[in-house]
Amino acid sequence: MAEKKPATTVVVTSGKGGVGKTTSTAAIGAALAMEGQRVVVVDFDIGLRNLDLMLGAERRVVYDLINVIQGTANLSQALIRDKKLHGLHLLAASQTRDKNALTEKGVAMIMGELRSRFDWVICDSPAGIERGAVMAMKHADAAIIIANPEISSVRDSDRIIGLLDAKTERGKRGQEMEKHLLITRYDTARTKTGEMLGIDDIADILSIPVLGVVPESNKVLNASNLGTPITMADRDSPPARAYGAAAKRLCGQDIPLEIPAGRKPFFANWFGGRAA
Amino acid sequence: MRIPEFLNICRFFGESRSAPVARERLQLLLAHERASAGRSELIGRMRDDIVAVIARHAGIDKRDVRVKINRRNRVFTLKIDMDVPA
Ligand SMILES: Nc1ncnc2c1ncn2[C@@H]1O[C@H](COP(=O)(O)OP(=O)(O)OP(=O)(O)O)[C@@H](O)[C@H]1O
Ligand SMILES: [Mg+2]
Repeated sequence: MAEKKPATTVVVTSGKGGVGKTTSTAAIGAALAMEGQRVVVVDFDIGLRNLDLMLGAERRVVYDLINVIQGTANLSQALIRDKKLHGLHLLAASQTRDKNALTEKGVAMIMGELRSRFDWVICDSPAGIERGAVMAMKHADAAIIIANPEISSVRDSDRIIGLLDAKTERGKRGQEMEKHLLITRYDTARTKTGEMLGIDDIADILSIPVLGVVPESNKVLNASNLGTPITMADRDSPPARAYGAAAKRLCGQDIPLEIPAGRKPFFANWFGGRAA
Repeated sequence: MRIPEFLNICRFFGESRSAPVARERLQLLLAHERASAGRSELIGRMRDDIVAVIARHAGIDKRDVRVKINRRNRVFTLKIDMDVPA
């Protein structure tokens, strides 16, 4: 068998909680696997794991990341193969330990192993800027920064962008960390009325390139209820298309950014199409 | 007229365009936070050195020299602000 080229390690991070990191990790992981890539998604949210739920694998978690670090299981035992999607794997977080169990040495060992086995290692970061978030980003080659069009989310993203240079192995070696902005829960109508920060505003303030714009959609909740990433559950839905395009851009494909059309603003009909 | 439509009109005439305010506030705030946190160790060390050099040559206290570091479109700008005794 030919030597495999090492995986690209990506951290999905945000600072702020509840902005869509876990949803995005599952959606992009699945989208890459659908392109024929070998993918592992790793849950770093120790004590609050959720990635297993998004993949519908919650009842199949026997061993987790911390078991592997502590040597009570080996990596092959802890890796969960996705039932529906060939090529997609999960390494779950521990629900019972705390984040101090994430030792530097243990994380380095696991990331090294995963890198040699997969094409993509995608790390779902916990919220915050503490140990768990730092460990999730530590070995990354690239980062997807998730932001909502909202002032506190953008501020926290800026904070995380700073940490990506200061706290990662790549940053310490003086190498550039690839940073991608993924705007989620985007509401076109409310942006048009000037209620919500626009894409240009956010990208300009954070000055990193935009990987994609995922609209607010109840299909996302639906997919999480089913335990299937949105990119598989409802492939043609606007959020799935946005995630699919983001995954392609992550692979280096040059496809133009599509801004979700959204519902038509109410006043558009009244004033001859002028955006209200 | 349904209630949501009515609310929409209120927004249209009232407090709708708050995003520009958010944008302004963010730009000011982040300029400040980036300066105090230091975008990277390199920038932080540079700032300390600059302050030390200015304080030494101008014969003033370090605390009277303020260096602000801002980032826009991948370019860092340095703003040096100091109180020189009259
Ligand atoms: N595009 C979207 N449209 C509607 N709801 C969304 C969208 N993206 C995420 N959500 C919802 O937002 C909530 C938080 O999402 P998620 O768990 O992915 O965030 P998180 O950043 O991982 O949170 P935490 O910081 O707690 O780990 C979920 O209920 C999810 O269904
Ligand atoms: Mg999460």
